[in-house]
Amino acid sequence: MDTQIFLLLAQDALTNSAIYVLLAMATILIFGVTRIIFIPQGEFVSFGALTLAILQNGAVPGTVWLMLILAVVAAIMEVVRLLRAEAGREIPTALVKTLLPPLAIAGIVYVCAPLKLALGWQVLLSIMIVTMLGPLIYRVAFRPLADATVLVLLIAAVAVHFALVGLGLLFFGAEGVRTPAFSEAQIDLGFLTVPGQNIWVYATSITLILLLAFFFGRTMYGKALRAVAFNRNGARLVGISPSLAGTLAFALAAAIGSLSGVLIGPITTIYYDSGFLVGLKGFVSAIVGGLASYPAAAAGAILVGVVESYSSFWLSAYKDVIVFTMILPVLLWLSLKSVHFEEEE
Amino acid sequence: MHMRRIGLILFLVLLALLPLLPSFYITMGSYIGLFSLVALGLVLLTGVTGLTSFGQAAFMGLGAYTSAVLTTMFSMSPWLALLVALVLTIGVALILGAVTLRMGGHYLPLATIAWGISLYFLFGSLPDLGGQTGLSDIPALSIFGVELHDERFYYYLIWLVCLAAMWGTVNLLDSREGRAIRALKNGLFMAEAFGASGLRLKTVVFVYSAILACVSGWLYAHMQRFVNPSPFGINIGIEFLFMITIGGAGNIWGAVIGATLVTLLKTTLQGVLPKIIGQTGNFESIVFGVMIIMVLQWMRGGVWVFIERFLPPRPDKPAGGSSDLPVRSQPQRGEPLLKVDAIRKEFGGLVAVKNVSFEVFAGEIVGLIGPNGAGKSTTFNLISGELPRTDGDIYLRDEKISGLRPPKIARRGLSRTFQHVKLISGMTVIENVMLGAYLRTRDGLFSAGLRLNRRVEERVAAEAAKQLTRVGLGDSMYVPAGSLPLGKQRIVEIARALCADPILLLLDEPAAGLRYKEKQELAKLLENLRSEGLSVLIVEHDMEFLMNLVDRIVVMEFGRKLAEGLPHEIRSNPEVLEAYLGGV
Repeated sequence: MDTQIFLLLAQDALTNSAIYVLLAMATILIFGVTRIIFIPQGEFVSFGALTLAILQNGAVPGTVWLMLILAVVAAIMEVVRLLRAEAGREIPTALVKTLLPPLAIAGIVYVCAPLKLALGWQVLLSIMIVTMLGPLIYRVAFRPLADATVLVLLIAAVAVHFALVGLGLLFFGAEGVRTPAFSEAQIDLGFLTVPGQNIWVYATSITLILLLAFFFGRTMYGKALRAVAFNRNGARLVGISPSLAGTLAFALAAAIGSLSGVLIGPITTIYYDSGFLVGLKGFVSAIVGGLASYPAAAAGAILVGVVESYSSFWLSAYKDVIVFTMILPVLLWLSLKSVHFEEEE
Repeated sequence: MHMRRIGLILFLVLLALLPLLPSFYITMGSYIGLFSLVALGLVLLTGVTGLTSFGQAAFMGLGAYTSAVLTTMFSMSPWLALLVALVLTIGVALILGAVTLRMGGHYLPLATIAWGISLYFLFGSLPDLGGQTGLSDIPALSIFGVELHDERFYYYLIWLVCLAAMWGTVNLLDSREGRAIRALKNGLFMAEAFGASGLRLKTVVFVYSAILACVSGWLYAHMQRFVNPSPFGINIGIEFLFMITIGGAGNIWGAVIGATLVTLLKTTLQGVLPKIIGQTGNFESIVFGVMIIMVLQWMRGGVWVFIERFLPPRPDKPAGGSSDLPVRSQPQRGEPLLKVDAIRKEFGGLVAVKNVSFEVFAGEIVGLIGPNGAGKSTTFNLISGELPRTDGDIYLRDEKISGLRPPKIARRGLSRTFQHVKLISGMTVIENVMLGAYLRTRDGLFSAGLRLNRRVEERVAAEAAKQLTRVGLGDSMYVPAGSLPLGKQRIVEIARALCADPILLLLDEPAAGLRYKEKQELAKLLENLRSEGLSVLIVEHDMEFLMNLVDRIVVMEFGRKLAEGLPHEIRSNPEVLEAYLGGV
């Protein structure tokens, strides 16, 4: 391996790590707030990229239909819940709250899709659609299970993953897509050429991390989410609604996922089922942080990115085997660290 | 004859007659048997123990590929290859268990996802394994030199193995170790308080479920005579979880029902959906995904719960005979029994217990009281070993017990009840009490699985019945523990603790939530136990309940010992009055 290849692989590692960091943060956020091990996080990634690809063709993507169907189901569930609670007066407000945002987004997409707007607008539309899916999936699949164990929630998460992958195939077909790069510029550093898209990935990832740090550190909603993650009952007692926190966490996770999708769409071919592995690598990163620590998860993401990139050079067929086997020593380390109890005989 | 038995015989007859149908149905039946075997392990792991794995398909693959490689490339006998496959499987399961089972329950599924994906890619990438096309020309099984090619042979063999595994699993659950396994789902504390090691039992269950999957994979390879990676991918691993969710994760029949429903539904949907949609693809995953969400939201127990509703309750197993379990020699009355020496517990910056010391002598009842937040329950948990102490020592008789884990403390003769009742609500009262005798018998997993433990089980049941009669619950032995009112459940906990033949009984707020008359009965029971020579330490809020019962009282406030003495001394102690009433 010469320096040139070493640097190219390093660049790959960094790009992938930037995406895994984002996904790891979304995973930790959802787990902390809702106790859901959200396996389908990767589907937001593939749906983001594929939705953009369909918008590029001037068509209305299937994800819009999914959004509308979920909105109708969510609305029905809201009505049933309110009728059971004998709070019929609240039905109109609840219906507006549940149906208006998805309908508005669907309307905008319906009008804008044939116009073939500039790439930036289409990216924005894609992120809007997929972000809306997050809270709807939470409302329909997970909120009725709020009292369930982590195990039951995990099974539900896997079921959602299954349904979403099948729907992905239905909406987008088996063909893979590559979306256009945000920038065709190439930055020549003399010893290495960095494509403009990579710069976009790094810049967006760093900006998003800073924004999230600000959100969690300085804003009321961010602090509320942290409070719920720290102590669910305590947060409820001071008036933070767990379901509002869940909705917010899912919206953020879906936004992060779809943004990651449109960012890597130009770098790698995305298929309807590509999200699973990408999401799981974000997961492996999150596990390094014990599913709780954001900085440790970022370190994990860099580790995963580096291992993946360099193993693809030497043992390309075993790239994923190596990345996923890496979880075992990590778990061993976590396991040894977690035993606080002294044994004395 | 009993309805349940009729149902079982009907099932077996149908199973035996199925090979009269055309070949397609026999193959289908064989597949259902193979999947039931894997799902059975997952029922034990998920429904009973509260853990889960996405890697069962990978264990199946390990069994199938090991045998395929050894029989085709090294001409090994399939039976010998099975042994090698089992050794490999057990090794992998032990490693996965070792790195995950000490931590929270969600690390095992995550590790098994990763391992499932790794193995799947490995099967597809190793050139010697034939990549995605896989390995063919795997020899058929042979017995005494006769090669067996008939698919009906495999059908019967598969179901024989499956039914044997079901029988063994039911037997296992109805044993000393099985009762402890069933206790794990609601946390380790209760099982460990009676001497079981939670980590060991979880590992046992995970290894057992991996073994079942491995055997299923081995049968699969020799039935199909070829293997490729696709049936062992992570999606199939997830489908096994769907099977038990739909069938019912809490019962071994849930495995068979789930495997049957999912296999039939999948075959139907794979035929129908692509025609409706107009393109090929695995669209059945949409239906399964939505269906699982609906099952979880509306009928979390799965289909089995519905069937169970129409079945009559299980017949009671009469607990006859006399208990002749070995009994510990009780200490002499007045001998020092428990010595708490300057025990201290800090949670971060908060000092919950500040250097508390007191003693309990054999044959007396000591009350540990104090206002809310005084550190009583923390002290209690330090003694029972549930919490590690920061400093100080605790001795039971002459032995230091501080620093030991609860199972080892239980072994030394300390037995306890829980502030928040920890009974297994689905199990009968007598089974719950039998769990208390965990350390008094030795029968292991194999004798339980093969039903060689009947003699010991009878003795344990007799002992449990004796303790239940002793506490006055002789007439509700066979009802599910969850159906009793809270007051009675607390008494069941005392019976369970007595079943361990303790030298010291620790009671954590036994009178909480009890009505006046129940409290009187409890006090009378404890007086009787004392007169039989038992020593008791009670943590309690209720002063009135304690005053006429206990020999001595230790009062705590803000983590330190405020006073110690006879009840009438405590009653007139100005500091205690100050603490309780805020000054009079």
